[in-house]
Amino acid sequence: MSDVIPSPAPPRRGWRQSDSPVKRAFARSRTVQVASAVLLLIVLATLFAPLLAWQNPFDSGALELNDAFLPPWSEGINGAFYALGADDQGRDVASAILYGLRMSVLVGVSAVLLSLCIGIPLGLVAGYAGGWFDTLLMRVADVQLTFPVILVAMLILGIVRGVVPEGVREQVAVLVIILAIALSDWVQYARTVRGAVMVEKQKDYVLAAQLIGRSRTAILGRHILPNLLAPILVIAAISFAHAIVAESTLSYLGVGLPPTQPSLGTLIRIGQSFLFSGEWWILLFPSLVLLALALSVNLVGDWLRDALNPKLQ
Amino acid sequence: MLLKMLFSSLLAAGLLTSGAAQAETVRWARASDPTTLDPHSFNTGTNFVLLHQMYETLVGRDVKGKLVPMLATSWKMTADPTVWEFKLRPGVKFHDGAALTAKDVAFSLQRAKGPTAQVKSLLASMVEVKAVDDLTVHVKTNGPNLIFPDNLTNLFIMSEAWAKSKGAETTQDPASSTENFATRNANGTGPYQLVSREQDARTVMKLNPAYWGKGQAPLQITELIYLPIKSPATRVAALLSGEVDFAQDIPAQDVARLKQDQRLRINEGPENRSIFLGLNVGGKELKTSSVKGKNPLADARVREAIHLAIDRDAIKRSVMRGLSIPSGMIAPSFVNGYSKAMAAYPKVDVAKAKQLLADAGYPNGFDLTLHTSNDRYVNDEAISTAIAGFLSRVGIKTSVVARPIAQQSVAINNADIDFYLYGWGVPTYDSAYIFDFLVHTRGKDGRGPTNATGFSNAAVDSDIVALASESDKTKRDQITKRIWDVVQKERFYIPLHDQVIHFASIKRIDVPVHPDNAVLFKDVKLGAK
Amino acid sequence: MLAYLLRRLGQSALVLLAVSLIAFMVFRHIGDPTISLLGEDATLEERAALNTELGFDKPVPLQYLNYVGKVVQGDLGISYRLKRPVSEVIAERLPATLELALMASLGALVIGVVLGVYTALRSEGWLSRAVMTGSLVGVSLPTFLIGIGLIYLFAVELRWLPSFGRGTTVKVGGWETGLLTASGWSAIILPAITLGFYNMTLIMRLVRAEMLEVLRSDYIRFGRARGLREKDLYFGHALRNTLIPVITIAGLQIGTLIAFSIVTETVFQWPGVGLLFISSIQGVDVPLIAAYLMFIALLYVVINLLVDFLYLAVDPRLRRR
Repeated sequence: MSDVIPSPAPPRRGWRQSDSPVKRAFARSRTVQVASAVLLLIVLATLFAPLLAWQNPFDSGALELNDAFLPPWSEGINGAFYALGADDQGRDVASAILYGLRMSVLVGVSAVLLSLCIGIPLGLVAGYAGGWFDTLLMRVADVQLTFPVILVAMLILGIVRGVVPEGVREQVAVLVIILAIALSDWVQYARTVRGAVMVEKQKDYVLAAQLIGRSRTAILGRHILPNLLAPILVIAAISFAHAIVAESTLSYLGVGLPPTQPSLGTLIRIGQSFLFSGEWWILLFPSLVLLALALSVNLVGDWLRDALNPKLQ
Repeated sequence: MLLKMLFSSLLAAGLLTSGAAQAETVRWARASDPTTLDPHSFNTGTNFVLLHQMYETLVGRDVKGKLVPMLATSWKMTADPTVWEFKLRPGVKFHDGAALTAKDVAFSLQRAKGPTAQVKSLLASMVEVKAVDDLTVHVKTNGPNLIFPDNLTNLFIMSEAWAKSKGAETTQDPASSTENFATRNANGTGPYQLVSREQDARTVMKLNPAYWGKGQAPLQITELIYLPIKSPATRVAALLSGEVDFAQDIPAQDVARLKQDQRLRINEGPENRSIFLGLNVGGKELKTSSVKGKNPLADARVREAIHLAIDRDAIKRSVMRGLSIPSGMIAPSFVNGYSKAMAAYPKVDVAKAKQLLADAGYPNGFDLTLHTSNDRYVNDEAISTAIAGFLSRVGIKTSVVARPIAQQSVAINNADIDFYLYGWGVPTYDSAYIFDFLVHTRGKDGRGPTNATGFSNAAVDSDIVALASESDKTKRDQITKRIWDVVQKERFYIPLHDQVIHFASIKRIDVPVHPDNAVLFKDVKLGAK
Repeated sequence: MLAYLLRRLGQSALVLLAVSLIAFMVFRHIGDPTISLLGEDATLEERAALNTELGFDKPVPLQYLNYVGKVVQGDLGISYRLKRPVSEVIAERLPATLELALMASLGALVIGVVLGVYTALRSEGWLSRAVMTGSLVGVSLPTFLIGIGLIYLFAVELRWLPSFGRGTTVKVGGWETGLLTASGWSAIILPAITLGFYNMTLIMRLVRAEMLEVLRSDYIRFGRARGLREKDLYFGHALRNTLIPVITIAGLQIGTLIAFSIVTETVFQWPGVGLLFISSIQGVDVPLIAAYLMFIALLYVVINLLVDFLYLAVDPRLRRR
């Protein structure tokens, strides 16, 4: 018969006493807590940008050119308030940052997701099957690594110009950047996954699954892949930070987003022309925000790598 | 005591007179480096400005834009109106010591018309050139050409013997795999000789001791170092840090900061260059607009709406920082044919623009793409972004595509473009140059190569052709006015402004701005140290 | 082992071929060479004539074969803009980039190792944390911004270092070097910092992570038990084991540095192949663009081969293949 008196609920434990090493590490590190809070803030800002910003800086018709170069905390001709000042086109810097964050995050997340979708399957198959596919993949990776991200961006632009009809090309600019960054990043996922798979497939649990008769896809998907999530997550975090900074460099070299739809990186590229002329707010604020975003992601990714590393427990 | 005074005064006098022999080096910075020292290869201002220090032309242009004698002391149309006669300056020597003769001039002009010489467009009307005697040259043109000497201000004279002996008889043959000697070597008659050349790094020149202009020009600068600095921020930094003595291609937004620096002097002046928008009026349908089945830019009301929607004063104030001259005409004020009346531009009128668009059948506007360069004209990308804003306000949602000028030029030359920002300088200071390239029907008689608007008017074409051979100045000006009236009425080009340029230097150097953005360092007088 | 060598060489050749194909194909679509060569005002007949003369009217596969044939003989064509043989131009500009990459690499290695060791040994100290955070700040900002910031601080405000160029260079044999003059050394500092910063942080983190791992390992504990001095433990044993993967990575990174010198050379007007490449892209100088891509591919392939053979020499397990 079951007990009449229900057993007492287990005492509540904070993260410091958690079973998970990750949670314990999180509770210990103040830096990562702050970084995660910043990230959360940025995610919220990205989602609610249209509500938070009074101006849509991507709508060129909404800009007031006569308000250009207003310093921070000033009022414009039509009474608009520019909390962080206005840039050379009359964009409210605060609004531009919010919308620019969206573009940057869009580019970063899409590039990372695309990289994952290309790199992980290829790495899994190459590591598990080996043979000619593995060799082919490694040589393709060699070719791929030859082209740093800006070369890839220019190559893709060239193809796009030759193939896509003129009218569609500008809308494609975002896709080109995402594709360029993804194509130069997938290799590290493929290599890591391949290496890890080659190690895992010697292990007992894989042998056991094979003996039972599990299909290769099942083994890869259900057994091996979950064990790889940790290193992949770490690479993804750092890749994301790298992607949003790289987009700024691409913009500097002339293959970035169109000037009417600037991301944070493009705003920085535009802002660097005003370094000496005294309109410091055009450069400073977007740089600080990009720095905060990239730094937080890097910190979290870094910390995650240490927290998930069994050798450091 | 007296002896001491005598001695010291003699010493002082000696020092004063030997002052001119001191070494004076000027470090000169610009945005880009000529890619070759061959004077006939490319038709670009950047190349010419550097080459003008080492090579010379038959005629030159002063700061006001007037033609002045250089290697030619006088020129006139002979009794045969298709033949121009040039009398050469005696006693001129090339850097290698050879004397300048009419044969060198004839050779140079023919070389400049070679297949891969991009300056040949300046000699389109030249049929034949002959050295009559050692100091006289006859040039035959295809039909009387009143302004032929205006074409010669950037046509450099090379030594025939030098060119032939060094294998530089023609400009670079693209199919050949050997380098032309003139690419990295120079032998001109100019005030400076080439000492060393490192492309993208520095070009060092020293004063030519045997220059014919000794005594006429100040010739105070003894060493000239040309430094290309591509990144605008770095160029400005180099001025501020004292690593550069004279700089051109100053970004408009940095002028105010430079003016505040007590060690620097900023000179300002209008440039002989007009910035405008080109519209595809000839196509049946635009590739980059949302209107299918017809071309909205072919409707004069739409073009007028665009003309009225643009706030040129706001562009001047905000984008150009006050450093532009808004205009209603695509010719700068120096050009023959310019008139203040035609250069008047309308105040921005958003309501009227919207009305015109509604009348033309686009009450909700339409989408359009503006193509612009991002590295050629002052703030070109920012101007285009601002224009996108103005047009979007009246309903024409404009997106901007920015790319390097090399790629933009290709699209324009192939007439594969709908709506573009462009700039045009007029080296001949005459409207005919504008008409020949931008107004004449594309592809006919070698004219109109950069007319991507699709505008084609037979009457205007024949007027333009007539200009080349009309010898009566009054008649010529009348034809010019007639053509301009059509251009202004049809408005397939929408003028924006003329550029204003700056020379920034240390206080000792005071160079007035030349409308061609050119400097002749032989004429520069240095102030006290 | 010979079979392995041959196989790798064959694969490398295939890689180079693939890159040359990509370079050739795609850049036929950027810009029109006849306009670049003849100018904006060339007539249509002149352009057609040049097309024939350059062989651009032949079928594309034939053009590609011609191109590869010439490349193998060392003829990379004439640059459209510079009017000089491409191979000569690249050979001339290479020393500038190689010196910059070398300095950036060495600086990154030395500083990275030193900081890595420090932050591993004193991982809880505030200076350690500051260094770690500072390094992260550096990689969270775009390279050109760091470069311009350094110029602003050290050239304009402090006037300690030059803002552009290589300084005075000396020609030693065929190599134009800036490392033999004082001005050359002061000119290379800021660009090397800008270029090497990312690598420095990579190496620092790697060294730190490896050191931390090694420090907890068995043989270190046994060394302590044996009574070895801390100093001998750290630098004698731990560091040596750490350095092997670090040096491998540093070596592989040299290729990346050369490719990424594009931005640094543009900001500092450093006359190397990076600046050459970006000018070629903007000026649609197709022969130079294609040659640059091939050259970078060759570099990567060579470095990868060297690293593979190094592993072969070092790791006996691989030799039995």
